[in-house]
Amino acid sequence: MNDTVIQVRDFRKIYGDVVAVDGISFEVQRGEIFGLLGPNGAGKTSTLECLEGLRTPDGGSLRVMGINPTRQSRKLCHVIGVQLQSSGLPDNICVDEAMKFFCAYHGVAPRYDLLDRLGLAEKRNAQYHQLSAGLQRRLALALAVAHDPPVLFLDEPTAGLDVPSRVELHSLMRELQAAGTTVILATHDMAEAEEMADRVAILLRGKIVATGTPLELTATGAGLTKVSVRTKGASLFSPGVTFPAVSQQGFKDEYAIYFSTDIGPTVAAIISFLEAQEDTLIDLRVERPSLEDRFLEITRTEATNTGGAP
Amino acid sequence: MSAFVNHFLFEFRTGIRNKNLLMLNHLFPLGFYAMMGLIMTEINPGFVATMIPAMVVFAILSGMMLGLPAPLVAAREAGIFRSYKVNGVPPFSILIIPALTTILHTTVVAVVIIATAPPFFDAPLPVSWPGFAVTFLAAAFSCAGLGVLIGVISSSSRITVLWSQLIYLPSMMLGGMMLPHELLPEAMGKVAQLLPATQAMNAFRGLAYGLTADFDPWGSLIVLLASGVLEFGLAIYLFNWDRHNTTQRGHPLLALLALLPYIVGMLLLS
Repeated sequence: MNDTVIQVRDFRKIYGDVVAVDGISFEVQRGEIFGLLGPNGAGKTSTLECLEGLRTPDGGSLRVMGINPTRQSRKLCHVIGVQLQSSGLPDNICVDEAMKFFCAYHGVAPRYDLLDRLGLAEKRNAQYHQLSAGLQRRLALALAVAHDPPVLFLDEPTAGLDVPSRVELHSLMRELQAAGTTVILATHDMAEAEEMADRVAILLRGKIVATGTPLELTATGAGLTKVSVRTKGASLFSPGVTFPAVSQQGFKDEYAIYFSTDIGPTVAAIISFLEAQEDTLIDLRVERPSLEDRFLEITRTEATNTGGAP
Repeated sequence: MSAFVNHFLFEFRTGIRNKNLLMLNHLFPLGFYAMMGLIMTEINPGFVATMIPAMVVFAILSGMMLGLPAPLVAAREAGIFRSYKVNGVPPFSILIIPALTTILHTTVVAVVIIATAPPFFDAPLPVSWPGFAVTFLAAAFSCAGLGVLIGVISSSSRITVLWSQLIYLPSMMLGGMMLPHELLPEAMGKVAQLLPATQAMNAFRGLAYGLTADFDPWGSLIVLLASGVLEFGLAIYLFNWDRHNTTQRGHPLLALLALLPYIVGMLLLS
């Protein structure tokens, strides 16, 4: 059985003289959470909007569950759920009405339970314009998943959400994923992508410059792992002290900080050194590079290569 | 409950919840009616003879020309149509339902005018109720089509006001509501036939009140109905989901085709 839910081949999108997306290709499998990452203007929203049938591609082919989004938009709308970047609801619509309104067009019973779950229970009779930005986004999310779509597009879903709402959203995404829903997540939030996405693609100037699991991406960078060490004595602060595989080092507060290309020999050597010096270890922290570090590294490298801003 | 009925009920409630729409659909026409009843009946006793149709046409113009287009443009600009598209709301519903609910609001206003004008201002009732009802529906249908078409082709909210006023203001002055059509200079009278208000007032006079029509009232009815069909057809054809209104199927000037029945009417009706 073919489990490819989204297929993008040589997709191009052009606005006037500006090439927003320049021949990208990727596939998303059923039940995956796939992150589209990139700075503003990288082509994330253009890609999403063409997959959602809101814009027409200028080249290549797009398929969502085998449906051509441009030509079969009526069929497409029942298999996708979309949380747009701007929620786009009438100001005067009540929360309950909105749920009833969209569910009626999808031919399903209203899912008022989702409103309760997403913290909108107290606001069910409030009009859209009376909701805070965070509540508006929660409502948009509830509406996007109410008809139980097999594919869910989320464009900056946690922008403007408080911490409990983010946690609830992430929990909901995991539940949907467990039920087989495929989620396409466009976000600036690298921590969110690292936590939630099974695979990510990093877009820069309309091209995919890196793709893989967050672990794969962080492992393929310069790979400098940060080791922070605090000791009772000051043995590490002596001049000339260095360790294997350390490419940079420095001091901050009471910590000696090392950036290592190979963590094993570095940590082993530090511990041996401290034992030899009869110094006492108080704290040792090893921090692998985050997706955000890797993202910044990629964007800087690209900017250097092309001689422009990322 | 079907999606269409649900959508209709929501739009109808919006016409009351939204203060601008409440003003344009109900308060403005009823306030103007009360003012005209108090002032015009004193200044021009002849006004009373066609007071009910004149005030009903005014209510139609207020709701359809001033009230209907702006929310369509605002909704497109706010990205609401995009949200509708990804949820399967068809363009037909987006355009027809606000038109139908505005017609319903205007019907309520018309009923209030019909019920109160005879006791308060000695205004005569129609002699033919079917003629009145058919003319009212045809005029409302035509003006709703025009309002929807303006909403579809306008590139921004500011342009919407210009287009609406282009119909609304001449209609007020030349449409036969304040001043009988027969008093207009001949050339001006011909130009006035391009306005839905003129055709509506002429049909009301001939088909509902048994008065002498300025030109064939059945012709006016046909002009109103034909233009309504053409306007809604063009609006659906030119409809655009995009908030910037940049990817229409045809050039917005195609909307001028909606004038065709009025031009034919102007040339043929006498």
